[in-house]
Amino acid sequence: MSYLIEQTINGITLGGLYALIALGYTLVYGILLMINFAHAELFMIGGYVGLFWLKVLGDPAIAEKFPFLEPIQAFFANGTFGFAMLMVAVFALSAIVVGILGMIIERFAYRPLRHAPRLAPLISAIGVSIFLQNAILLWVSSKQLPYTRADGTAFVGTETAFTVAGVSVSTMQIFIIGTSLLLMFALDTFVSRTRMGRAMRATSQDRDAAGLMGVDINYVIALTFFIGPALGAVAGIFNGMYYGSVKYNMGFIPGIKAFTAAVIGGIGNLRGAMLGGFLLGIVESLASGFISNAYRDVIAFIVLVLVLIFRPGGLLGEAVAEKV
Amino acid sequence: MADVDANAVSPRRTVRKASTKTVVVYSLMAAAIVIVPFIFQAVVGYAFLVRILVIVGIWVLLALGLNIVVGYAGLLDLGYIAFYAMGAYAGVILGQIVSPVLGGFTYWAMLIPAALAGAATGIALGFPVLRLRGDYLAIVTLGFGEIVRILLNNDFLGLSNGATGLPKASEVLTAPWPSVWLQDHIRFETPFGPFVFGPNMFWYFVVLGLIIVTIIVINRLDDSRLGRAWVAMRENEVAAASVGVNIRTQKLWAFSLGALSGGIAGVTFAYVQQFISPESFTFMESVFVVCIVVLGGMGSIPGVIVGALVIQGVPALIQGLAVAGVVDLPGEALSAITGYRFLVFGLLMVVMMAVRPQGMIPSKRRAMELHPSDDRTLEQEDTTMWDIENRDIGPGEM
Repeated sequence: MSYLIEQTINGITLGGLYALIALGYTLVYGILLMINFAHAELFMIGGYVGLFWLKVLGDPAIAEKFPFLEPIQAFFANGTFGFAMLMVAVFALSAIVVGILGMIIERFAYRPLRHAPRLAPLISAIGVSIFLQNAILLWVSSKQLPYTRADGTAFVGTETAFTVAGVSVSTMQIFIIGTSLLLMFALDTFVSRTRMGRAMRATSQDRDAAGLMGVDINYVIALTFFIGPALGAVAGIFNGMYYGSVKYNMGFIPGIKAFTAAVIGGIGNLRGAMLGGFLLGIVESLASGFISNAYRDVIAFIVLVLVLIFRPGGLLGEAVAEKV
Repeated sequence: MADVDANAVSPRRTVRKASTKTVVVYSLMAAAIVIVPFIFQAVVGYAFLVRILVIVGIWVLLALGLNIVVGYAGLLDLGYIAFYAMGAYAGVILGQIVSPVLGGFTYWAMLIPAALAGAATGIALGFPVLRLRGDYLAIVTLGFGEIVRILLNNDFLGLSNGATGLPKASEVLTAPWPSVWLQDHIRFETPFGPFVFGPNMFWYFVVLGLIIVTIIVINRLDDSRLGRAWVAMRENEVAAASVGVNIRTQKLWAFSLGALSGGIAGVTFAYVQQFISPESFTFMESVFVVCIVVLGGMGSIPGVIVGALVIQGVPALIQGLAVAGVVDLPGEALSAITGYRFLVFGLLMVVMMAVRPQGMIPSKRRAMELHPSDDRTLEQEDTTMWDIENRDIGPGEM
C-alpha cells in the first residue's frame, strides 16, 4: 500500500513536469492550430540555460575568472534567503531567455507559414527541433552534464523531507509540485482574468475577427510563444534538478508525453493540459512500478493512441467538427 | 486532319509522345546508370562507391514508399521506419528458419513475407488512426515508431534478440542465389585494375530492379482511380468525400502500400548489411526519409531520387572518399561534416518550407497546391463564370 502511495507521489511530481510542458503545446495549438514540435527542444534548452545561470550566479569557480560576479554570488550564497533568491533568479532569467528564443523561432520559422497548408508549419517545426538538438550537441556538449553543485550534491534536497504513513516525500518533490501548481494557477488567472488573456482567447476563437476588433494578432501570437517556452524552461530546470543531469536529446520523450497529456485533457484547453499532465504522470508512474519499467514509454504511447481513437477531443475538450 | 482526330480522342497519347531529344537524354541516363558501377568497381580504391550507391538506392526505395503516403495521400507519417523495421525483422527471423531448405533463394522468398509484414503493420496501425486529423496522425505514427523500436530493443517475445541485433552471433544470413556464382565467374582484367562482380555489384542491380518496379507501380497507381482519389482527398477531404471518395479506404490503401514498400526496403537492407539491430530504426531515420521526400519534392519521383542522392549520398560520399584516402580530410573536419549534416538538414527543412515548399524537383500539381496565393492561381480563382461568359476570356489568361 505504501508503495502504491509512493508511486502516486512520484507520478504527481512527474505529472507537474508534463503539465508545465503540455501548457506550451496547448497554448500554441489553441491559437495557431499547429503542433509546435520544437517545444520539446525548448524544454531541453531550458535545462541547459538554467544550468548556465546556476553556474554564473552560484559557482565560485566562475567567479574566480570573472571577479565582478563575486558580490552577486556572495549575496546568493547568504543562507536560506539567498538560496531562495538564487532559485527565483535562475528560474526567471532562464524563462525569459528561452521565452525570447521561442519568439525568435515563431518569427522566422512559423510566421512566414501562417497561411500555408497545415503540413508546412509542422515540417518546419520538425526542422527547428532537429536544428536545436544538434546545435546543443555540437556547440555545448554531446555528453550528459551533471546538474549539481560544485561539490556534487543536488541543488534542492533529494533526501526525505517528511514521512507520512510510511511514505517518504522529498523536498525536491514538494518544490516541483508546489511551483508547478503556482505557475499553472498564475497562467490560468492571466488567461481568464486579464485584458491580454482575453485577447488571447479571442485570437484562439477566430483570428481574423479578433484582428478586426483591434487585437494585435502578431503581438498575441508572439506572447503565446513567449509564455509556452518560458514554462517549458521551468520544467527543463526541474527535470535537470530532479534527475541530476541534462543531455541534448532529453527533450524528445518528455515532449511526446507532454503532448499526450495535452491531448488527454483536450488540446487547446489549459485546464485540460494540467489535468492530462497529472493523469499521465500518475498512470506512467504506477505502470512502471507495477507492470514493467522497460515499457513505461510504450505505455504512455499506448495511452495516447487509445485517447485519440476513443476520445479525440480529450477529457475536457469539446468535440469539434471538422470545419469546411 | 487525322492527327486532329487522334488528339480529340485521346489527348494523353500526344502529350506522352517523347521527342527525340528526350529519348536521347533518357537513354544516356539509363546507360550511365548501368555502366557507372562497373567503372567504380574496376578502378582500384573506388569500389566503396558501389556500396554507397546500394545504400542510397535503399533510401530511394524507402523514400518512394513514404512518398505514396506523404506525397500522394498527403498524410504525414513520422514513424515510417517502423515498417522498414518490420520488413527487416520479419525477413531475417523467418529467413533463418527456412534458409536450410531454401538456401540461396531465402532472400528472394523473404521479399513476400517482408512486404506482407510491412503492409499488415500498416493496416493494423492505419485502421484505428487514419480517421485522425493530419497533425494528430503525425504524432501517433511517431509514437508507433518508437513503440516498435522499444519492443525490438527489449527482445519482445524473445524474437528480436534485443539491442544485440540479428542474426545471432553464431549465425549468418545466406547470400542470395546468383551472387556467389557471379562473383566466381565474372572477373576480368581492365586497364584500371581487376574487375570482380562482387556482392555490392549484385546488390546494386537488385536494388535498381526494385526501384524500377516500384516506380512503374507508382506511375500506374498515379494514373488509376486510386491515384485520382488521393489527389482529391489531399486537396480537400470534405469535397472529396462529398463526391463519393471513401476517405478511409483510400487512406488505408496509401498507408498500406507505403508500408509494403517499406517492408521490401527493410528486408533488402537486412540482407545487404547482413545484420540488423534496433539502432538502425530510430526516429532520426524516420526524419531522414521525411526530409528526403520534403526536400526532393512531395509527390515527385525524380525529386525523391535526387533528394536521396543529396541527403544520404553526399555525406556518405565525402566520408567514403576521406576514409579511402582519395580526399585528404583531417579527422576533425570529417566528424564535423557527419555532425553538422543534421544541423544543416534541420535548417534546410525550415528554409525549404518558407521559400520552396514544393521541393527541389516539384511535382507540378503539388507546387500549385502549396502556393495557393500564387498570382496565377488567384487570377484563376478570381475569374468567375460571369467573366468567362461576358468577357470572352479563359481562366488564367488575363
